[in-house]
Amino acid sequence: MSLTNNLHELTIHEAHDLLKAKKVSSVELTQACLDYVKQVEPKVRAIVTVTEEAALQQAQDADSRIAQGKASPLTGIPTLIKDNMCTKGIRTTCSSKMLENFIPPYNATVIEKLNNAGMVLVGKANMDEYAMGSSTENSAFFTTHNPWDLARVPGGSSGGSAAGVAAEEALYSLGSDTGGSIRQPAGFCNVTGMKPTYGRVSRYGLVAFASSLDQIGPLTQDALDCALVMNVISGYDPRDSTSVPEPVPDYTKGLTHNLKGMKLGVPKEYFVEGMQAGVDSTVRAAIKQLEELGAKVEWGVSLPHTKYALPVYYIIAPSEASANLARYDGSKYGFSYKDTDNMWEGMEKTKQFGFGPEVKRRIMLGTYALSAGYYDAYYLKAQKVRTLIRREFDTAFEKYDALVTPTSPTVPFKIGEKADNPLQMYLSDFCTLPINIAGVPAISIPAGFVDGLPVGMQIIGKPFSEPTIFKISYAYQQVTDWHKQRPKV
Amino acid sequence: MKLSREEVVHIATLARLGMSEADIEKAREQLSNILENFEVLKEVDTTNVPPTAQAINLQNVMRDDVPSPSLPVEDIMANAPDQEENLFKLRAVLDLD
Repeated sequence: MSLTNNLHELTIHEAHDLLKAKKVSSVELTQACLDYVKQVEPKVRAIVTVTEEAALQQAQDADSRIAQGKASPLTGIPTLIKDNMCTKGIRTTCSSKMLENFIPPYNATVIEKLNNAGMVLVGKANMDEYAMGSSTENSAFFTTHNPWDLARVPGGSSGGSAAGVAAEEALYSLGSDTGGSIRQPAGFCNVTGMKPTYGRVSRYGLVAFASSLDQIGPLTQDALDCALVMNVISGYDPRDSTSVPEPVPDYTKGLTHNLKGMKLGVPKEYFVEGMQAGVDSTVRAAIKQLEELGAKVEWGVSLPHTKYALPVYYIIAPSEASANLARYDGSKYGFSYKDTDNMWEGMEKTKQFGFGPEVKRRIMLGTYALSAGYYDAYYLKAQKVRTLIRREFDTAFEKYDALVTPTSPTVPFKIGEKADNPLQMYLSDFCTLPINIAGVPAISIPAGFVDGLPVGMQIIGKPFSEPTIFKISYAYQQVTDWHKQRPKV
Repeated sequence: MKLSREEVVHIATLARLGMSEADIEKAREQLSNILENFEVLKEVDTTNVPPTAQAINLQNVMRDDVPSPSLPVEDIMANAPDQEENLFKLRAVLDLD
């Protein structure tokens, strides 16, 4: 490997070792990523705003820090940030016309934490508009292409974050996950992506979609890198009233090469009817691998309320979204319709022209579900079923250390294939939705390929069991090399 | 169980979401379709089941009422579509004619 040419191929931990040993500088590493961005972006289109100047400045600062012996694992490491996290002075669009020119006056807490660690920002990653979607086709600007097959979607809504890491435009990224938006694209792009326990990572500065479901998390090349990022972004934040004051352990400790003593459950409902045959067999083979690592696996576990997660989610999430997006009325920031003197028309047309079709669809669904006469039948009912779904997980975790499932029922689909059928699109989140509803943590790790297309395996744990999830993921990645495969873009 | 045009217009008005005639017709189709699929929740027995609003057990998260610095006003006004003397300028709310 020619050191100066292929620096963008490094993992965080490999790069950190080289930086500390002064074998490579952050400026060299950053320049390598920026050059590679220029090469692959015309095909992948993962990035809304490339922050070249800022990146090189941050890289210089990082090199000073490293020279003084003050480097931490993320110092000087290039990253992409999903464009729904506020970066002070840097355009933050949520891939929407509504925020096309919005420049946040503050940094999200996760950005502050990464800045303190000495991060290098390569750019803001493309997404489904306002995080609503499963393919990144809902971006108001352009679609991102899956680096493994440019005619296919990278998944969504953190499609740019996943594709950007898979295409080695940065060494890691941050995404957000409300119904699967980190895990599903991670699975589709052959990267590792974690949605932490609800309340583990501060949502301050994350543009709100569904407040009881949203969580920020890392997308990386492997589990160790994911743990390194989680170490930095996790933690109590008084500015987020849903932030849990749970101490942050060192997520890189306790990683082993075998899983003796671990009890894993495989819920049968996740191997849903209509699932792609190749995905089914690939994930089963991956789970058998976990058995060979010493884990005791129990197949055929039943979580009977799994199928209700979809309607529960598509009532709760749009309801919360309808409240969270009411603020975009053109009065304080964002797009503002000018051609009227009437206040109501100003608001209505601001939203009509500022929001895309999927956003409008969900606002309508949510408004309907919360409106007088329908609140009990839809929203309240959904919240009660939510309790049942959560209880099922709690019961399962009394018996098992973790549950293992496919991340998605299919391999990445073709761009345009599901665009006209909202319900079909929603089904691609079947395996990921229940996790957000219950608030538990889960990871997607690469588990194999079907016809050259990535398949992800999902590992679910009880609240704050990220250490267990990392243990399983790390051990699996010691005996497999799916996560080391790279697409030829 | 197809939503009527009036229902769609009512929802759009509640949300202050402008819609063209074509939008309204499309919304009728798609929303009805989606909502039909959610009828399945009726089959779940939720007698004596409390609703879950939050996945975590935090309650009444408060802070002391102590003032602290906020953002500089210029930064906050920087994204304002229309402003005057550090105030957001809006259209008239009341029709005083």
